Amino acid sequence: MVERKFSEPTDEIVQLEPVEVRRYIAFTRWNHWFTAICFIVLMLSGFAFFHPSLYGLTALFGGGQTTRWLHPFVGIALTVSFLGMFFQLVHLNIIRREDLVWTANIKDVITGHEERLPELGKYNFGQKTVFWGMFWLILALLITGIMMWYQYFPHLVSIETRRIAIFVHSVSAVLIVLVFILHIFAALWTRGTLRAMTRGTVTGGWSWRHHRKWLRELARRQRTKPAE
Amino acid sequence: MTIAPNMDSPRTATANPPTHPVPPNLGQAHVVRSSAGGPVAENPQPLTEVAKLIDVSKCIGCKACQSACIEWNDTQPEVGVNVGVYENPHDLTPEMFTLMRFTEYDNPDTGDFEWLIRKDGCMHCAEPGCLKACPAPGAIVQYSNGIVDFIHENCIGCGYCVSGCPFNIPRISQKTHVAQKCTLCSDRVAVGQGPACAKACPTHAITFGTKEDMTALAAERVEDLKSRGYDNAGLYDPAGVGGTHVMYVLHHNDKPQIYDGLPEDPKISDVVRNWKGPAKPVGIAAVGLAAIGAAAMALFHRGNSVSQEDEAEARELVQEELRGAPVERPHDKGSA
Repeated sequence: MVERKFSEPTDEIVQLEPVEVRRYIAFTRWNHWFTAICFIVLMLSGFAFFHPSLYGLTALFGGGQTTRWLHPFVGIALTVSFLGMFFQLVHLNIIRREDLVWTANIKDVITGHEERLPELGKYNFGQKTVFWGMFWLILALLITGIMMWYQYFPHLVSIETRRIAIFVHSVSAVLIVLVFILHIFAALWTRGTLRAMTRGTVTGGWSWRHHRKWLRELARRQRTKPAE
Repeated sequence: MTIAPNMDSPRTATANPPTHPVPPNLGQAHVVRSSAGGPVAENPQPLTEVAKLIDVSKCIGCKACQSACIEWNDTQPEVGVNVGVYENPHDLTPEMFTLMRFTEYDNPDTGDFEWLIRKDGCMHCAEPGCLKACPAPGAIVQYSNGIVDFIHENCIGCGYCVSGCPFNIPRISQKTHVAQKCTLCSDRVAVGQGPACAKACPTHAITFGTKEDMTALAAERVEDLKSRGYDNAGLYDPAGVGGTHVMYVLHHNDKPQIYDGLPEDPKISDVVRNWKGPAKPVGIAAVGLAAIGAAAMALFHRGNSVSQEDEAEARELVQEELRGAPVERPHDKGSA
């Protein structure tokens, strides 16, 4: 049996001519899109309170009072949903030595010379950055968010602490939106990526180009059983 | 004595109300500041600045002011419980806008035991921290006479004003989900009457009038207190918040914190200033630039596409691996 080091048990080469590889099962995809919807609701409602010029966004949720009420609950929903993602993806998102080489040669990634870079497993350093950026920022937003959830935790922290919590919450929110923009941009710029989260599969060429160690391992794992 | 009809602000709380109709002021035309970029009057009608002066040395702790406040504002607080202290209720609440705070002070200089009673409530700062922190346009306004008022129909109940206030005054109602605090009886002042608490005060410890008159009255009181041995008597009108429209005469103005934690140098917290100052434009700019940059690169950069060669290579690799004869390839550098 081939050791499974760079792939999930559910990852699989599902077709040989042309090669097609399953990257995410339906559960992961639903989990992802639910998290994404929560994120967008949180981003829009949060922006409404972040800058007066964006206060009009509260109209999307039925006014200021409803937005104020809704935002923290969606935050809890996102946290739970993200935790689901986290436990599915974390072990392949540990930073490895080849990630540092990849990062040092990021220019080759942008100019399309991935042949000069080390072969990668299921995730590259950019994807891992999004993963860990989301993780740490969601953690910060959750903790500070509960501190400022006035309706249910009015006396959890002192006023001085809550001031700092609100400040950290705003800064973390801006940072996580930047990570979100990076995430969407990278998914669109790297053609052929989006279908991993819609259909659940990617092409062999995509896998060979970006995650060759992952593809190689999947093929080795399927050595004993024909993939068709 | 009644208030002359042509006066823009009442000069006293003790006078009888005007006998003929007075057009109410303190409307949109008098708004000089409004939270979160809410509407302010273009040419705000200037009103004479008003102030409430609370002479702590004259207060007997009768709580008539609290009763008058409850009655006028019709807040109907629940009957409290006695836990062995004089404060009742035990803190400001959404239904109690003003509170007598009692302190037993053992004066180390004189050996005297002093009973300090301070009427707590909104100070109506010239630079209100609540207004700065508020995210809802027009939920907190400041009128040209200095009164800071919460406009409940615009309030969203987030509690940011609680974090913004240097005096710990606003309270959020769990029933109506709006912030509550002393209005300085803006609805009375608007029609020529002084605040209910000042009207009810039996010892004239609470007086009301123009800020100028109240400052002058305070000076008299401070002089009197000094002649009675209170060398540190003074007026509490803290400059850190631009002065206030509720002021105290304190017999120990050098130690305001002994009056149940009255802050010595209140000002809007630097954290709140940074959050409501640079963080907003910098944050919006960072997000905006990132979004525009990403969109521009998506439009003008050809993107990273998978080629037919890549597909062919993939087929080859998969076939090789499936056959179980992996061949080390020259471009395998860095792989495990």
